[in-house]
Amino acid sequence: MSYTLFILLLPLFSFLLIGIVDMDIPKCGKVWSHKAAGLIGTCSLGIVTVLSYMTAWQYFFQTERLADGSLPTLVPFNTTWLPLGNLHFDLGILLDPISVMMLVVISTVSLMVHIYSFGYMHGERGFQRYYAFLSLFSMSMIGLVLATNIFQMYLFWELVGVSSYLLIGFYYTTAPAIAASKKAFIVTRFADMFFLVGILIFGYYTQSFNFSFAGSEVQMADGAAAFIPCDPQTALVKNAAYAVLPISLVLMFIGGAGKSAMFPLHIWLPDAMEGPTPVSALIHAATMVVAGVFQIARMFPIWIEYAPQTLSVVVWVGAFTAFYAAAVACAQSDIKRVLAFSTISQIAFMMVALGVCLPGEGEHLNHASLGYMASMFHLFTHAMFKACLFLGAGCIIHAVHSNEMSAMGGLRKYMPVTRWTFLISCLAIAGIPFFSGFSSKDEIISACFQYNSICGWWMTAVAAMTAFYMFRLYYGIFWGTENKELHAEHTPHEAPWTMTLPLIVLSVITVGVGAVTTLAGFGILPETWNFGSFVTASGAVYGVHFDTQVALTSTCIALVSIGLATWIFKGETQPIADKMYAAAPHLHRWAYKRFYLDEVYQFVTHKIIFARISTPIAWFDRHVIDGFFNFLAWGTHKLSALIKGFQSGSVQQYAIWFFLGVLAVLGIMVFVL
Amino acid sequence: MESFEIMFIVLTAMIALGSIATVLTKSIVRAVTYLLLVLLGTAGLYFLMGYTFLGSVQTMVYAGGVIVLFVFAVLLTSAKEDKLSENTLLKNIGAAVIALVGLGIFMTILCLHGFDVAALTSPDETIMPMTTIGKNMLSTNHEGYLLPFEAVSVLLLACIVGGLVIARKR
Amino acid sequence: MIHIECLLGLSAIMMFAGIYGFLTRRSTLAILLSIELMLNAADINFAVFNRMLFPEGHEGYFFALFTIAIAAAESAIAIAIMINIYRQLTHLGVDKLTKLKF
Repeated sequence: MSYTLFILLLPLFSFLLIGIVDMDIPKCGKVWSHKAAGLIGTCSLGIVTVLSYMTAWQYFFQTERLADGSLPTLVPFNTTWLPLGNLHFDLGILLDPISVMMLVVISTVSLMVHIYSFGYMHGERGFQRYYAFLSLFSMSMIGLVLATNIFQMYLFWELVGVSSYLLIGFYYTTAPAIAASKKAFIVTRFADMFFLVGILIFGYYTQSFNFSFAGSEVQMADGAAAFIPCDPQTALVKNAAYAVLPISLVLMFIGGAGKSAMFPLHIWLPDAMEGPTPVSALIHAATMVVAGVFQIARMFPIWIEYAPQTLSVVVWVGAFTAFYAAAVACAQSDIKRVLAFSTISQIAFMMVALGVCLPGEGEHLNHASLGYMASMFHLFTHAMFKACLFLGAGCIIHAVHSNEMSAMGGLRKYMPVTRWTFLISCLAIAGIPFFSGFSSKDEIISACFQYNSICGWWMTAVAAMTAFYMFRLYYGIFWGTENKELHAEHTPHEAPWTMTLPLIVLSVITVGVGAVTTLAGFGILPETWNFGSFVTASGAVYGVHFDTQVALTSTCIALVSIGLATWIFKGETQPIADKMYAAAPHLHRWAYKRFYLDEVYQFVTHKIIFARISTPIAWFDRHVIDGFFNFLAWGTHKLSALIKGFQSGSVQQYAIWFFLGVLAVLGIMVFVL
Repeated sequence: MESFEIMFIVLTAMIALGSIATVLTKSIVRAVTYLLLVLLGTAGLYFLMGYTFLGSVQTMVYAGGVIVLFVFAVLLTSAKEDKLSENTLLKNIGAAVIALVGLGIFMTILCLHGFDVAALTSPDETIMPMTTIGKNMLSTNHEGYLLPFEAVSVLLLACIVGGLVIARKR
Repeated sequence: MIHIECLLGLSAIMMFAGIYGFLTRRSTLAILLSIELMLNAADINFAVFNRMLFPEGHEGYFFALFTIAIAAAESAIAIAIMINIYRQLTHLGVDKLTKLKF
């Protein structure tokens, strides 16, 4: 399977080609130059997609399974990049269930976004730059998921951050885009610092950057002895692992939380919507923001073996974030913001699902597998329907030239394709059976109930909120009060085929996957058709069966939420919504302002860190440190001014000093010695 | 008093007064003339010591060659501004003090040292015959000076070429 | 009867007259005259040490001889330089020759 190397290298080449070569061919005109850049990017991504599907086909269906029924981990390519004594940084390609699954997700969504951008970015300045950055991002993200070790992952992790920064700041002439790109970069960098520290601790104490210790002894460096109370050799190794690994894993989780916008590091993601909408779909909904989830899934063997209790951190951070983001999403008026908070909430679902994995015993041994499988499954389905939602939002924005819901309403007449695909995706995210979101979310909630019932009910409540705010969005855009003045002035129209085709493809995937897995989950289709036979924690097949109680409950709750949203928001006027705002104006305002968290950050950074800590440090630097060096320079200057008269350049003056010296030496020799 | 001693006193007076006059006179032409006197007197001293060849080299190279060069240079440059009075008094006095103190220290050393050697009584030409000079100059044994001789001849050649290059009109 | 002290004292007078001239003269040509004086004083010392202290040796004699040759070469070059300077700048004042200084 050595052709997998091309999956990584093709986008890199197309990035270099589009990024360096000027496509502005004078004779062919500007339109053609746009198309050339876009076609190169799209073609290379198309080849990558085909190769990814080939890889997936070969890996899942043609590779021989191991004795216990699990899929093998393949390393078709690996090279030592930087040897550092025992440690070495490798670059390579690792194929295992999650990386192959991610390959499919990334290449599919990326290809859809490439095609979609033909229409959406038509005639924009910097079209070529846009495609170059898209290629760079695809390369980085693919490199991230194919990494053979955690250091390579970190390398591509940062590259992904850079491409995200570049694309958020794509409209670099507008102030909000600049601010948003800086915010995203700084917040994620701040989190990545913890990731790096975690990696270094991990590498130092385990002498390895591998994702698991299977097949190799965990070797501890000398310094690890400080953490360990007892001394027998084997106990030493184990105890050091138990003492140090949870710390490094939590530090890595902070890095992942920054990338995946977990509370309280989520503040950059809503602002990142300043970038072009297809970028939001690709990077800030479907692929990059799940890097944190992917990272935990990658390190999962180590988490579950050495730090199972620490996983509860992941659960509670995820659970709180899910609720918080859902609450904020209920009150936002900017459609991209609603989708951004919904993304945060859904990623939190995946985090929770990973966190609720506990190493089970006896009959419940498969608990770990259920949460892990559900998380990865949700990652897959969410990428598809959230990309579809974002691309649909792009079509709407394209049609009405505004992000605000007040400019929309009643668009169902004008944009049928967008409306139906959007509805399908909303149904999926709400968790209605036969749509993909149902299967994955239901597994997550089942896993939560197995962890404990508080967590289960909590997540069920968040799922209900999800259904509510998604249908509030749907009705606000396609039903509700129509902004007739605006629409008369500029009649909304359906997007061109380049934009609607990706929507149709993604919603077909959503419905197809949803139908198959729902039927398989209820036992109508064979079990091997379900997601659990492809991606599980151990790699072994996990038979998914819906827990009828949970499935029924969550479906009912979702239907009730949708009904509530329909009742409140569907009509031409919304008297109930207005009454609710009037009843709790503060609550609405707080939620609309995202519970003033940005202001808190602003206060902490500016009023406390900058004013109370940085300013005195700056003063010390300016006055004491700089003053010391200024004093040195001043002293040297004065001293040299004093003695520079000696160097007059006059021969006779030199001769006088010379003869005086000779006389002095002579005098000393004769009269003193 | 023998004629040898009279001769020495005359030469001493000529050299000492000539040297001082060379550095004190205000006219550069006169200074060159006094220098000629000093150089001739030095040649006379060499004759008194019995070094006739050295004396004649001194006369020919210095008195005959270098002084003529100086005279030409003076005439070509007409360096009028060599006035001792243009110096500050302090500088003159300082230089005089340095020179006199140095002379004093020298004389003290000379007197205190007490050389234990016989005084010269008459010129003795046999002490350095021409054959010895010629043999030493062109031999390579431990007393030979062939290498310095060659070096000096190359130096003189370089000097001629250099002088031509530097002074020629462009 | 010529004592060695007389000869050495004479050369010392010549030497310090040269030093005085070197320190006070303004014209480079006059400074060159002073240098010749100093060289000549050294020559006398070479010859005197050879004649009075080591009559059998030849070193002082030959040193004096070579010094004369080198002094001649040196003054020839120096005078050539000075003539050239004078042609360019029309003066030879040692305190004014600053063209190559900076």
